[in-house]
Amino acid sequence: MNPSPSEPHPQPQSLSDLFISFTVLALQGFGGVVAIVQREMVERKRWMTQEEFVEDWAVAQVMPGPNVVNLSMMIGARYFGLRGALAALAGMLTVPLVLVVLLAMVYAQYASHPGVTGALHGMSAVAAGLIASTGLKLLSALKKHPLGVPICIALAAACFSIIALLRWPLVYALFGLGAVSCLLTYRKIKP
Amino acid sequence: MTEAPLLNMQWGDWLHLFGHFLSLSLLSIGGAISTAPEMHRYLVGQQNWLTDAQFNASIAIAQAAPGPNVLFIALMGWHIGVNAGSAALGLLGVLIAMIGILLPSTTLTFLATRWAHRNRELRAVRAFKQGMAPIVIALLIATGWIMASANKNPATDWPLWLLTAAAALLIWKTRIHLLWLLGAGAALGWFGLA
Repeated sequence: MNPSPSEPHPQPQSLSDLFISFTVLALQGFGGVVAIVQREMVERKRWMTQEEFVEDWAVAQVMPGPNVVNLSMMIGARYFGLRGALAALAGMLTVPLVLVVLLAMVYAQYASHPGVTGALHGMSAVAAGLIASTGLKLLSALKKHPLGVPICIALAAACFSIIALLRWPLVYALFGLGAVSCLLTYRKIKP
Repeated sequence: MTEAPLLNMQWGDWLHLFGHFLSLSLLSIGGAISTAPEMHRYLVGQQNWLTDAQFNASIAIAQAAPGPNVLFIALMGWHIGVNAGSAALGLLGVLIAMIGILLPSTTLTFLATRWAHRNRELRAVRAFKQGMAPIVIALLIATGWIMASANKNPATDWPLWLLTAAAALLIWKTRIHLLWLLGAGAALGWFGLA
């Protein structure tokens, strides 16, 4: 599989297109921006395929720093190099930053209102479903995986158990199980 | 709740704050939130720049607000600045904290992805990107699971679990706009139904 397929798919038109797209996307992200990035970039705008998204997300996760910030920068860089990376980064952070500071200023007055606490609980319950469903949707990207579906599912199930059920630190999954998976893939794909 | 401290922040203190976030940046694998315990130790415990309540509120507000969760770092800078006496210093704190936490990690990520893109035909690069796929997909599902299980008591919290499951199913199987679901969650929660 070629990571950057040659068949044409839609692309961002300009730096301001990138900035605005990522601003709009960030403003929809309550509790989990990655779900919105997947929905907008893969399903709506079609700037990238499901497989490309998973590959970029893998890199964004392994590198230090906030994952969605890394991801937005990588998507921006894909089309416009450093300028694209900065435009996407600025889009992801600028308006939400202003909003969050404003919110902090009014928060103190309303923090104890039972409606507000309830609404926050309701929204984070939805956000939990949002993130989980993004993972479920991306499972379809594994159909073309060199290791084959059964091995992929076994690795994914092991990873889920380590993190969600045993609650081990993230580094075990990323650098332990991840290394195993990368080695198996390395042996499988032709040089 | 303890009273917020009135700080007298010197340039040296701001520099220490900047250095603290710079040094945590490269350790923040899996997101800045993974370094929160260390931030708490330094900012609340050692320096007394933030109260416990301010520390927790920074995380809670950033999670409730739209945008990446890393903005909780900005709010820590904000609260420190406000403790030092003014909203202007709050904005200074926001800038220092955000640049500190982002500069090293984004630079490294940018250089690494550029290298990987130039060498994308290398067997090792392809093996890495494809090999990580099952892991990172499972991590997303696990994150959803962990967020949902913050609601611990099955007797009273079952409506929240039901809401999570319904949202997951709707997003997985339909193309409904995500904001409708978030709005519905907020409304149900406001009226105490979830």
